[in-house]
Amino acid sequence: MIEVRELRREFKVATSKGLRRNYKTVTAVDDVTFAVAAGEAVGYVGPNGAGKSTTIKMLTGILVPTSGHLRVSGVDPSKQRRDLAKRIGVVFGQRSQLWWDLPLGDSFDLLKSIYRVSAQDYKARLDECVELLGLQELLITPVRQLSLGQRMRGEITAALLHAPELLVLDEPTIGLDLESKERLREFLADINTRRGTTLLLTTHDLDDIERLCPRLMVIDHGRVLADGPLDELRAEVTPERELVIDLREPGPAPDVPGVTAVRSEANGLRHHLTFRRAETSAAQLITQVVRQVEVHDLAVVEPEIDDVVRKLYQRQVQQDAHR
Amino acid sequence: MAEFIYPKLIGAKLRSQLAYRTSFAVDFVSQVLAQCYELIVILVLFSQINALGGFTRDEVLLMYAFAGAAFGVADLFAGQLDNLPTYIRTGSFDVLLMRPLGTLPQIMCSDIRLRRIGRITGAIAVMIYALTHVAIDWTPAKVVLTVLTPVAGAVIYSAVWVVACSICFWIVEGREFANAVTYGSNAFTSYPINVYSRPLRWAMAYVVPGAFVAYYPSLALLGKADPLGLPGWVGWTSPLVAALAATAAGLVWRFAVRHYRGTGS
Repeated sequence: MIEVRELRREFKVATSKGLRRNYKTVTAVDDVTFAVAAGEAVGYVGPNGAGKSTTIKMLTGILVPTSGHLRVSGVDPSKQRRDLAKRIGVVFGQRSQLWWDLPLGDSFDLLKSIYRVSAQDYKARLDECVELLGLQELLITPVRQLSLGQRMRGEITAALLHAPELLVLDEPTIGLDLESKERLREFLADINTRRGTTLLLTTHDLDDIERLCPRLMVIDHGRVLADGPLDELRAEVTPERELVIDLREPGPAPDVPGVTAVRSEANGLRHHLTFRRAETSAAQLITQVVRQVEVHDLAVVEPEIDDVVRKLYQRQVQQDAHR
Repeated sequence: MAEFIYPKLIGAKLRSQLAYRTSFAVDFVSQVLAQCYELIVILVLFSQINALGGFTRDEVLLMYAFAGAAFGVADLFAGQLDNLPTYIRTGSFDVLLMRPLGTLPQIMCSDIRLRRIGRITGAIAVMIYALTHVAIDWTPAKVVLTVLTPVAGAVIYSAVWVVACSICFWIVEGREFANAVTYGSNAFTSYPINVYSRPLRWAMAYVVPGAFVAYYPSLALLGKADPLGLPGWVGWTSPLVAALAATAAGLVWRFAVRHYRGTGS
């Protein structure tokens, strides 16, 4: 679906010094290589200025790469912009493709004409989105009167009316409340599994990734730092997990081999035992713990995805320092 | 089916304007008034003199009316290009690039300044007055020329608009410059071009082909020789000049968008 090889994009930035103007070349995307197969759902994350948006703009045909090979849905985005537009859907969290002063339904009608969707297909696709996203009452509301969450549901419907093979979402959940976020995620997961629509999304909200994307790509300074299933990345960069135990009676933490750190809470009612996943299994640990103390409740906690990404950045910085 | 899309986009914009009826009414009236002021300037001028560059009051009014109608129509379609800096700054231009349509027609249909109809109506009224008060030796060809002149003029002005606004792809706040060219050329073309100094005339009449909006077609209609010495058939070439200007504008726009997307420089 997406094929990227040694993709590079440079910008010329003016640096003024008195009256003299110099230009400095900044590399926003630095020889990035990856591929996304049809039906995948990929999260593309990185700090501000990492090169995410530039990549997205190249994938969607807005920007032309400085160099490198790029194919999206079988076409070259920089040369076949309009062909590409018919095959992909794009949602930008911070800009709208709807008609501000018109009722939401009118925007959909216009997009139907723009993308030349047959009346039959249009009705089927719109009905589906309206039902799943609860847009029924909103169709007659002018877009400018919609809440952000309502508008985003409209934007996603707008991007799906021409049944794109690939849906690119740039910060789709930015600024939304928890309930709206959850609703969007549920819907996106559904079209990914049921319709097989490929998803590529950038986000700052790592819950989006956890919920939607089996695969994660992390980019910083224009380079891909990591690419793989979220679980593997987690195992690789944060080899430690935590066993949280709640005791019936307050007491000292059990002394169990394999535990690398202990943190206690609530006057000894709750203990966090850190262990390395490669050396100790959770089952072993639990067996030994229950032999020593009377446990009321326990849970195995995976490191937060934020930690995973932060560690990836740190690792890259260290590698750069060694070079 | 493609040809139905743009009327739909325009229709959509008309409906959204109806959302702001009062502001529309105010704009409409102010446009009619603006047109009247320019008319008053010409009338006051001719209360002091009998001829301007060898042209009578009604002949000058004819040129003024042709220019006014052409500019009004151009403004209706191309005036939205004044919003290009906003489109670029807010990223709306990227949204246009993501659709399977050309960017220029999308912007042109993105808004229709209906209030401009006030300006066009005024210009047509003056045109009718002038046509019935000047001496024209009517032939079928001249009737066609009369109808085609505002159309060709609108195309020429629109082309000027497109070229001038393309600068916003390099200098985002290039709007002042663009307006100087577009509104400036309207002011210029409303009078016989032989009254201007030579450098200004060259820039605004031939480089920016403003002389073909009203001046030369009027000469042809009136059967007058060009005081500047160009042959009489030049007055019939406005549609051709319009086609050339539109082509040139299309190429400039394409080059500008290519620059925006990153292959231009």
